[in-house]
Amino acid sequence: MTRYIIRRIGYSLLSLFLLSLTIFLFVRLTGDPAMLLVEPGASQADIDAVRQRFGLDEPLWVQYANFMASLAQGDLGQSFYYRTPVFELYLSRLPNSLLLALAAMAFSLLIGIPSGILAAVRVGRFWDRAGKVFSLLGLSLPSFWVGLVLILFFSVYLEWLPSSGSGTALHLIMPAFALGWYFAAAHMRLTRSSMLEVLGSEYIKLARIKGLPEFRVIGKHAFKNALIPVLTLAGINLVIMINVAVVVETVFAWPGIGRLLYEGITFRDFPVVQAVVLLGGGMIVVVNLLIDILYAVIDPRIRLEA
Amino acid sequence: MAMRSEAVPLTSRPDIIKGLEGFPLVPILILFGIAFVAIFANVLAPYDPEVGKLAARFRPPAWQVGGSGEYLLGTDHLGRDVLSRLIFGARVSMVVGLTAVIVAGVIGTALGIVSGYLGGWVDQVIMRITDTWLALPALTFAIFLTAVVGPSEMNIVIILGAVYWTRYARVIRGEVLSLKEREFVRLAIVAGCSKGTIMRRHILPNVLNSAIVLGTLMLGVVIVTEASLSFLGVGVPPPKPAWGLMLADGKKGLMVGYWWLTVLPGTCIMLMVLSANLLGDWLRVKLDPQLRQL
Repeated sequence: MTRYIIRRIGYSLLSLFLLSLTIFLFVRLTGDPAMLLVEPGASQADIDAVRQRFGLDEPLWVQYANFMASLAQGDLGQSFYYRTPVFELYLSRLPNSLLLALAAMAFSLLIGIPSGILAAVRVGRFWDRAGKVFSLLGLSLPSFWVGLVLILFFSVYLEWLPSSGSGTALHLIMPAFALGWYFAAAHMRLTRSSMLEVLGSEYIKLARIKGLPEFRVIGKHAFKNALIPVLTLAGINLVIMINVAVVVETVFAWPGIGRLLYEGITFRDFPVVQAVVLLGGGMIVVVNLLIDILYAVIDPRIRLEA
Repeated sequence: MAMRSEAVPLTSRPDIIKGLEGFPLVPILILFGIAFVAIFANVLAPYDPEVGKLAARFRPPAWQVGGSGEYLLGTDHLGRDVLSRLIFGARVSMVVGLTAVIVAGVIGTALGIVSGYLGGWVDQVIMRITDTWLALPALTFAIFLTAVVGPSEMNIVIILGAVYWTRYARVIRGEVLSLKEREFVRLAIVAGCSKGTIMRRHILPNVLNSAIVLGTLMLGVVIVTEASLSFLGVGVPPPKPAWGLMLADGKKGLMVGYWWLTVLPGTCIMLMVLSANLLGDWLRVKLDPQLRQL
């Protein structure tokens, strides 16, 4: 158990190392990093000053050591636009992103789990087919398209909901729907297949032989066990939602991390862009690690296998 | 004997019908339609997609009040014909989508084969990189790369290839691991084939099916990513008519009810992605039973 966890932590550290190396090398090898680190329109003297200040004239491995040293201190550089440390900026936007992600998650589970169960119970029949169409639409409709159509309907024609901004619960509805849409389809697919697997198992047969009414078999025995993989996926997806909301947040002017990234690219604020991608990747690596450890604790088969 | 003569018609005849069961005719027609429009954009488009008449701004589609047959699907904020921009936009989506899928596919398949067949430290290195890159949110990673290399049509293709090759590498490596143990590969080793020859002549043809299925499934993802990048202003640079760019421009007119500027390009993206996904799903079941679980 301990050995398994230590090894998983080792892999994750390696991933984080490769992540930082990837970002570092892409910036250094595809052009002149000094051009990215100075503000647009800077003079040659400024460029040289930046090159000196960030040690860009040093050999690559020295640069990387410096890069990692400042990362370790939580120093991701200064935003050109806001004139504040990027890390602070990131933390100030994080609660908004989390709120949006939680709302989108609630919506996606509320839609995904019941429709997945329905599709599994009525497999091959009408509801299953309707569910298939729904999940295909969910996976195929880009979120910005869903968002813009929502605005057109609920803000422009019906004038029910505000089209952008944040502050009230009403502001949250449309972005949460647009963001959760794709995930609702993903959660439905997984609920369906997980439910089908459970329904084919021995203990469900036993429950039926025992003469339990069908709704108890489904609702109590099957549902509980089928939910485990879905909730695991939901945990990972919550973190993914925080990191892929850039388009939705741009459409609805929602002040989260995605919006920060958008501002970063429009204002050519490179330190912001770099920080968002680094922290996003790091977050996902850490969550994957946590879930692996949690699984090893719950299920001995996993830690023995590895 | 009697049993066998009975079994032949029983299994063979339904197979022919079964082979066409669920054939995604409509999606294929849509994809071919878009490809046709993309190829003959020059002939089909009534106007220059990049030049507009400012006097004719925000004209609604022909069937709406204020619209005319002159601009069938209306005009945008610069007075450019929406229909012509949609037609040329098909070219951008098709070219970028297909080439990016191929670039990602070639890199991913090659690395997947090398990783799976050679094993050892080569495998370790490639798979660690694959895992790490898979952890990066695709769109965020792509945005970061455009910030580094700058947006252009060519760069977008390379960036999408760099972001998405990992998806192929994972799956292909898994297949190679099982192919490696098969008789024909062992015989090839005994016969003295070099590693390069085995990978090229014996492994590659056997993973091509999977690569094609994955490519079709990736096409939708890649097109959405390209549209998202253009929408955010880091994709295909204006004034080129990309559907995502049209959506971004159309967003400004949304609140005053200029619906055609967002709904029309959005519908094009949706149709193309939906068709690619339907075709991919069908191919997956037909060509590659191993991928059915994906």
